[in-house]
Amino acid sequence: MEIPYTVTARPDTGLWNAKVGIWLFLASEVMLFGGLFSAYVFLRLDADPGVWPHGLLNVPVGTMNTAILIASSVTVVMAWASLKMRKFRAYWWYMLVTILCGVIFLAVKLVYEWPQKFEHFGAFIKKDKLEKYEQYLGNHHLAEKGLPPRTEISGHLHNHDALHDENAKEYEIALDPVNADPTNPNMDRPHFLYVPPTEKMATIEKEDVEYANMFLPKHSAYFASYFTITGLHGAHVLGGVIVFTYLWLPVGTKLYKRNPEHLANRVEVAGLFWHFVDLVWIFVFPLFYLL
Amino acid sequence: MSLRGFHIVFITISTLLALGAGAWCLWIDSVHGSPAFRLGAICSFLAGLVLISYGIWFYRKMKRLRIIT
Repeated sequence: MEIPYTVTARPDTGLWNAKVGIWLFLASEVMLFGGLFSAYVFLRLDADPGVWPHGLLNVPVGTMNTAILIASSVTVVMAWASLKMRKFRAYWWYMLVTILCGVIFLAVKLVYEWPQKFEHFGAFIKKDKLEKYEQYLGNHHLAEKGLPPRTEISGHLHNHDALHDENAKEYEIALDPVNADPTNPNMDRPHFLYVPPTEKMATIEKEDVEYANMFLPKHSAYFASYFTITGLHGAHVLGGVIVFTYLWLPVGTKLYKRNPEHLANRVEVAGLFWHFVDLVWIFVFPLFYLL
Repeated sequence: MSLRGFHIVFITISTLLALGAGAWCLWIDSVHGSPAFRLGAICSFLAGLVLISYGIWFYRKMKRLRIIT
């Protein structure tokens, strides 16, 4: 039995099946990501001054990933336009570039950005012990400038066992620049380029620590939001790459030979999904990387 | 909305992001005086110009090819 309206539009709605389906799906996606973005904004607005992490993400890397996704949205439209003009070879190349852009985006996320967080450590100092660690926090300097106080000391944890070993009495940290040189005015502003931990070591007694963990989702509401939203977005990118690869493989060639307009419709629907995924990133980037 | 229409919306929002990022870099530079952010502002505004040019080119090309669904 032939399924109607997969290629031609229904006369009464002017739409073919998959187009109605993708827009209904995207409407549900707007609600999903809208809820997560709202949660992030309210968590941030409600956070105590100085508690919400800032400037931890690598802006140039995020910018590069943004450029990659914008470029992929261009190539997917070109792939679709090529099919409309019955230029299959051009479609094949544009689709290949789109797939590669998606793969590069995911590789940067999974190989560089996320692992960098997993290896980072932060310890929130108890309020009555802040003075003891003034040399790493620089709160007197911040108070003079009217800036909110720091409560976290972060960097590269040398004795990982201390996280789980109840007998361990202290954390040994190679400090982040902000804690190694806290009175440096350059530390009061975001950094454009990633600044790695220094070689300056600090020993923090566990009994002085309110809470400590690696930069994992359980570290803070910030990282819980960060990993949830970028993880969900990454899963969508992966989904898009799988669909594009399917349409790029010989399956697409066969469909093109049988009915080129059918393939063009499928690519258009996949392209609409891809544009939505890219659009989500356009909101993720300023929210997490810039503001 | 067709892919063509959604693409134009997407490029418009991307342009706003590029210009916004440029303004953000300028603001950081004016408050803290950081040359890296000044460079970032220039790159962002250039990216905004490229996106505007591309958007106009894309709209005209699609109109000429009559790819409207």
